Amino acid sequence: MSIKIQFKLNGEEKNFYVKPNMTLLELIREKAHLTGTKHGCGNGECGACTIIMNGEPVRSCLILAVEADGKEIITIEGISPQNLTELQKAFIDEGAIQCGFCTPGFIMAGEALFKKTQKPSDDEIKESLSGHLCRCTGYEPIFNAFKKVAKK
Amino acid sequence: MKKNLNVVGESVLRNDVVEKVLGTAKYIDDYKFDGMLYGFTVRSTISHGKIISINISKAKKINGVVNIFTAKDIPGKNFFPMILNDYPFLAENKVLFYGQPIALVVATNQEIAKEAAKNVFIEYEELEPVLDIHYAMKKNSPKIFGSDNILRKYIIKKGNIDQGFKEADVIVEDVFETNYQVHSYLEPNGMIAVPQPDGGITVYGTMQCPFYVHDAIANILNIYHNKIRVVQTTTGGGFGGKEDVPSLVAGHVALLAYLTKKPVKLVYTREEDFHGMSKRHPGYIEIKYGAKKNGKIVAAKVRYILDGGAFATLSPIVLWRGTVHAVGPYDIPNVLIESFAVATNKVPCGAFRGFGQPQATFANESLIDILAEKLKISPLKLRQINMLKPYSRTATNDKISNSCGFKKVLSEVIKKSKYEKILSKKNENLSTIKTGAGLAIAFYGVGLGAGGKYIDRAGAYLQIQKDGTVIISIGNTELGQGVFTVISQIASEILGAPYEFVKVLQPDTTRVPDSGPTVASRSTLMSGNAVLDAAKQVRERIDTMVLKLFNKSKGKVYSNGKEYFISTNPEKKIHYLEVIKKCFVQRINLSATGWYTGEDVSFDSETGQGKAYYSYTFSATVAIVKVNILTGVVEVKKIVSGHDIGKAINPKLCEAQIEGGVIQSLGYALTENLVLKNGIILNPSFAGYLIPTSMDIPEIIPVIVESKYSKGPFGAKGLGESPMITPSTAIANAIYNATGFRTKKLPVTPEILLELKNKK
Repeated sequence: MSIKIQFKLNGEEKNFYVKPNMTLLELIREKAHLTGTKHGCGNGECGACTIIMNGEPVRSCLILAVEADGKEIITIEGISPQNLTELQKAFIDEGAIQCGFCTPGFIMAGEALFKKTQKPSDDEIKESLSGHLCRCTGYEPIFNAFKKVAKK
Repeated sequence: MKKNLNVVGESVLRNDVVEKVLGTAKYIDDYKFDGMLYGFTVRSTISHGKIISINISKAKKINGVVNIFTAKDIPGKNFFPMILNDYPFLAENKVLFYGQPIALVVATNQEIAKEAAKNVFIEYEELEPVLDIHYAMKKNSPKIFGSDNILRKYIIKKGNIDQGFKEADVIVEDVFETNYQVHSYLEPNGMIAVPQPDGGITVYGTMQCPFYVHDAIANILNIYHNKIRVVQTTTGGGFGGKEDVPSLVAGHVALLAYLTKKPVKLVYTREEDFHGMSKRHPGYIEIKYGAKKNGKIVAAKVRYILDGGAFATLSPIVLWRGTVHAVGPYDIPNVLIESFAVATNKVPCGAFRGFGQPQATFANESLIDILAEKLKISPLKLRQINMLKPYSRTATNDKISNSCGFKKVLSEVIKKSKYEKILSKKNENLSTIKTGAGLAIAFYGVGLGAGGKYIDRAGAYLQIQKDGTVIISIGNTELGQGVFTVISQIASEILGAPYEFVKVLQPDTTRVPDSGPTVASRSTLMSGNAVLDAAKQVRERIDTMVLKLFNKSKGKVYSNGKEYFISTNPEKKIHYLEVIKKCFVQRINLSATGWYTGEDVSFDSETGQGKAYYSYTFSATVAIVKVNILTGVVEVKKIVSGHDIGKAINPKLCEAQIEGGVIQSLGYALTENLVLKNGIILNPSFAGYLIPTSMDIPEIIPVIVESKYSKGPFGAKGLGESPMITPSTAIANAIYNATGFRTKKLPVTPEILLELKNKK
C-alpha cells in the first residue's frame, strides 16, 4: 500500500508515493536522492539526519514520510545552493569539520537557530548543539563556528 | 628569505571540507549502482555453541530475497588474513560470540534483507560460555582457543627484578581494571562490491586499511590480487574501529556480489555495528613499583591481561604495544612484564586509538601518584626524577634519542594548568563540591615498531598536470584526521607549487603499492616521507629547468611558494606555472613514485629486549575537575594536554587532534560504559552508551612541542593516538586529589564514586 504525499522540498513542490512505515530520512535519501542528510543511528540519538521542517530542526529518522505531507522541508542541499552560508564558512574557518559525517546535521541545527534568533546566547547555542554527536572534534570548534556567526 | 618554509608549519585550511560542509561528500551509503542488491548479516544469538542446523527455507520464500549464503558457499578460504588467521568470515560448526556472522542474505532492498535475516532459523547446541579472563586462564574452563585460551603472551625482562625490589625502600602495588570502549565513529561500517567483466571485483567502502581488505577479498573469493580493486570512499571516522573488521564486511559483500553477479551494498545498522564490530579491550593490570627514599624507581613489575574476545584479530599486536609501554615513561633498571591476551566468548576486540596503552597508563600513572604519596614527594617531582630523557633506557632497553621534548612538554603543561597550585589547595570541609587536579604522562612509540616491521612501508605517486595542478596518490586513508591536507602541504613545500594546486586522491589499491595500514599515528611519517621522496625527484627536474631559464648550469634554486629564484639574483623570479609550461614543452617527466621504509627495529621474544620503535612521542596532561560528592557527578573544568610530536606540519590540525583525543579520553574516563550480560551487549545504542556531548566539554588547552625526529618529514613524528592516552588517568588522579577517593576502575561512573565514598 502506498500513500501519496505532497510537500515543498528545498523550495520545490514534490509528490511521492510512500509506504506508511517509511521514514522521512529514507524518503529523502532513497526517493529524493538527496544524500547530504546522513543515517548515523536510526534512533534519533546522533543528530546526523537533522533537517528543517516548517522552520524547526527535526530528526528525519524519527519522522514518518507521511508526516511531511503539506509541510515545508529543507535539507542541507537546500539551504544555500549557490554560495556557502555564513555558518558553513565559519565551520571551515574554525576547523569544525574532521570526518564530516555529523556536519550536515550540525549545519541544519544552526541554520534553524539563526533563522529564529540572529544573536543567540552561548546557552542557546549549546542547547542547539547538545543533541548532536561528533566523535572527532571535541565540539569546541563547532561551538566557535556558531559563535562567530552569532557575533556578526 | 626570512622564512625557511612556505607552507609546512602553517595552519592552512583543510582541502577536503567544502564538500563536507555542503553535504556533497559521498560516504559509502551515499553510493548507488544500477541493479544494486542489498545484503544483511545473520548473526549468532548465543555466546557459545555448536551449530546443529541452519534453516533458510522460510527466509528464501520472502518476496525480494535473491539468495542466502553460508560458509559452504565460500569459494576460497574462510578466514580473513590477520596475524593468527582465526576469524572466519562465516561460522561453520560453532559460534564463539553473540553477533558472530553465520549467513548472508541478499535481497532487492535492505528492509527485505533484514526481514529475511530474522527468518533464518539456526538450531544450536549451547555450550558454557567463557566470559571472564581469569576463568578462561584456569585449567578447568572450556577451551575456545588452543589448549589454554591464550591468544598471545609476552615477557619483558630487564635487569634483575628480585634484586631491584630488595634494593627498594618503598614498595607499592595495586590492581586496576578498565572496561570496553566503543569507537562510535558516526558513519557505521559498510561496503559496496561491484563485479567486473573480467570476473574480478571492485570494492568501495569506509576503512582504514584498503590493503588488508584487498588480501581479505583474495582469500574469500580465491581470485588473484590483480582482479581486485579496493577504493576508499569519504570516511566518517575510524579511531581504530575500521582497521581489521572492514575486511570482514568487505569479504561478505564481495562474496555476495561474486555469487549473484550484481553490485551489492552492505551497510551496518548502528546496533549491528555495536554487536559485531571491534572494541577497545577491557584491561586487567597488576602493577608494583619499588623505589628508593629519594624517589628513584628501581623496580617495576606488571602483569597485564587483555580480554581479547572470541577471535585474535589484532589482539597480539595491541597487547604488544601495551606491553612495551606498560611500566610507563620511566627509566627503570629492573623490570618484569608478563602479558596475556585471552580468548573469551565475547565480541572480538581490536584496535582503538592508543592501542593497549590507555589501559596500562591508567595503572602505571595511578600507581605513580600512590607511590608519590607514600614517599611524601609531589607527584610532579616523582615523575621528573624518573621520566625518560635523551639516552635513558625504556623497559625494552631501547635508548631514547635526542628527539625527546618530554621535559618541555611537562613544564609547559604544568605552567599552563597551574597544576601545583590547585593540587595543594585544600577543599572546604563542608562543601559538597570538591576541586582537584591530576597529572598523567606517557610515551608513545610511533609507527608499527618491531611488532609490525615487515609491513612498515609506504608508497606514493605524484604527478604535475599540464596546468600546474598536482595529483597525489597515497596508501594511507583520510578518516577525518586531516592527512590529505598534511600530505598536500609537504608536496607543496618540496615542489614549490601553491598549496591550493595540490589534490590528494582517495586511496585505490590499483594506484599505489601496499603502504600498510592507516594506524599507529604513522601516516604523516610514512606517507609523508613517501611523498617527500616523489616530490624531491620531480623538484630536481624542475630545478634543472629553472637553472636553464636563468642560463646557469648549476646552483641552488629557491621557491617562495609560487615563484622560483636563485641566490645570486634573488630579485628576479620565475613563476611556477611558467616553469611547468616549459617542462611540458621540453618533455620533462613531471611524475614520480616515492617510497619509504621505516628504520630497522627489533624485539627479542625471549627477553623482550630490543629497539621496539624507531622514535617516540611524549605527552603530559593535567585535568582540573569538580566533583559533587553527594551525587558522584564529575565535571571536568579544564584539560591541558601537551605533546612532543617532532614537527607540527599544520598546527591547527594538530590542535584539533589533541582536542578530539582528549574528549574521547574524557568519555573513557567518565561516561562510556558498555554493559555485557552473558556475553551480550545490553546497551548497543547512543542512548545507552554515552559518548561526550557538547554539554560535557571542558576548556581544552593543547600544547605542541617540536623536538625533531631526524628521519621524519620536516622532523615530524606522529600524533593521532597520543592525545587519547593520558587524559583519562589525569582525570582519575584529579578525582583523587579532589575527594580522596582512589578509583581502580574506568570508567568512574557516579555509582563507582559513591561506592568508594561509602567504603571510606
